[in-house]
Amino acid sequence: MKNNRLLPFILPLMAIPALVISIALKNPSSADTAGLILPSGFEANIVADNLGSARHIAITKQGDIYVKLNRAKNGKGILYLHQTGDKATVVNGFGNYAGTGMYIKNGYLYASSNEDVYRYKLNDKDEVINPNEPERIVVGLLNRHEHESKSIVLDNNGNIYVNVGAYSNSCQEKDRQKGSMGRKGCPILDSAGGIWEFKADKLNQHYGDGIHYAKGLRNVVGLDWNQQDNQLFVMQHGRDQLHDLFPDLYTTQQSAIEPAECLYAIKEGDNAGWPYIYYDQEKHEKILAPEYGGDGRKTAGEGTINPAVAFPGHLAPDGLLFYTGNQFPERYKNGAFIAFHGSWNRAPEPQAGYFVVFQPFKDGRPDGKWEVFADGFAGTQTQKESGNAVHRPCGLAQGLDGSLYVTDDNKGTIYKISYKK
Amino acid sequence: MKFIKFASSILFMLIISTSLKAQIKHSSRSSKVHLALSIANGKAVYTQNCATCHQVDGHGVQNMNPPLIQTSYVLGDKTKLIKIVLNGFNEDVEINGNTYSNTMPSHDFLKDQEIADVLTYIRHSFGNKASAVSVAMVKSARGATKK
Repeated sequence: MKNNRLLPFILPLMAIPALVISIALKNPSSADTAGLILPSGFEANIVADNLGSARHIAITKQGDIYVKLNRAKNGKGILYLHQTGDKATVVNGFGNYAGTGMYIKNGYLYASSNEDVYRYKLNDKDEVINPNEPERIVVGLLNRHEHESKSIVLDNNGNIYVNVGAYSNSCQEKDRQKGSMGRKGCPILDSAGGIWEFKADKLNQHYGDGIHYAKGLRNVVGLDWNQQDNQLFVMQHGRDQLHDLFPDLYTTQQSAIEPAECLYAIKEGDNAGWPYIYYDQEKHEKILAPEYGGDGRKTAGEGTINPAVAFPGHLAPDGLLFYTGNQFPERYKNGAFIAFHGSWNRAPEPQAGYFVVFQPFKDGRPDGKWEVFADGFAGTQTQKESGNAVHRPCGLAQGLDGSLYVTDDNKGTIYKISYKK
Repeated sequence: MKFIKFASSILFMLIISTSLKAQIKHSSRSSKVHLALSIANGKAVYTQNCATCHQVDGHGVQNMNPPLIQTSYVLGDKTKLIKIVLNGFNEDVEINGNTYSNTMPSHDFLKDQEIADVLTYIRHSFGNKASAVSVAMVKSARGATKK
């Protein structure tokens, strides 16, 4: 009885140390970096959460957000979010198709499904005027359910570049079949495994109306237009499963880090060499693919381009952004941010990636070694190494104030990373 | 005399039932050993042939490779499951509202015993609990599946 009467007085006293401890535990990492690990001076916060499979993203001049979903949610494949302060709330959704591409240019919002490209006219507040009647500008791109996403970017001359991924790992007679050899004159390359250029303002363009801009790119998800040297850059997803398919030629350790995930600077007519070659980032050489007679050492690929930067294998680059803002320190200006979605085919080695990387550039060329810029998306070390990442970085965009936005297509989180000196 | 006959028949039944019991016990122990062996061998087959895509813990890969945890593909009809291993699978798989699109190649190069073991392993792992797959089932599915 006596104890019960004392309890209301004791409880608050007990709560004080608990509160102190919990505040102490929260700082410094989670309170101002939203659980991410960032270089000093940078902060992050979660502007939106639980949006669904948030892929690529575009930020308006007003700071509002368009995000493309890989699976339409309640019949909406594009979400429009209004941002106030450091939070964004969903205003509405439209576009009942799944997809990845999202880009704003010259008063239009461009979006891609896994077969088509659409555009929506924006008003002076960058709101979509008629969400239910987009203009379909490209139609009928190949979707065979492997590497099906169609990433998009525009140049400054009214052209749009669209990736069509190869519906195959390495153009084997039987896809991903152990020991199956490569198809002669890989027929996939006619209509996939490359970048196509179309007019940004012309309706219902088919393959034949566009330009087969670059060939021999297995699958590209992250791509951006470099404003400094007015050129397309793409991040290729390198081939999988060297050891699984050719166990006599490759160890599991080799297979876990090879081949490279390559950043390519692209000019019209370029060929990156898939499926005949892959790039070995340790030897700095183009190696003949085992499906086409390679033994892990023979070099090949005459006439194919070299990567601008070669990253370790299987990290899955899904977002590329050249930073043109003024908020970040000077060394970041015109450099490349790359969102790595994280690996799956490194087993039995631990999975890796799930971070945003920064590659310094000078005069439109890579300058110096890349570094991990934002890490910690995956959660614990165990969650990361087993491939059970909580968040997986995918899309990148730059806000008008120079902040960097990163989407996560697992939990549907949008992070905003800012420099606070 | 009547009593002796009765007693002896009781005794006979007792002996029979005890020996039967022992036999059952023995066979259940040997089937347990057999199951454990099949699971252990199956794990080795899994690590070699399946783990890259379906992952070591069977959770698969978002959008690409389906999970093997608590799905009707794994826990349901065994002949269907055997045929996926034999023929591969090239359709979009939908599980709990998510789709998985990577091609699964044919694994008909595995021996009947290896397929029985690996499927018994996945039906007893990752939180799954379902009956074993026998070599005879694989043999008959392989016979029926020959193209």
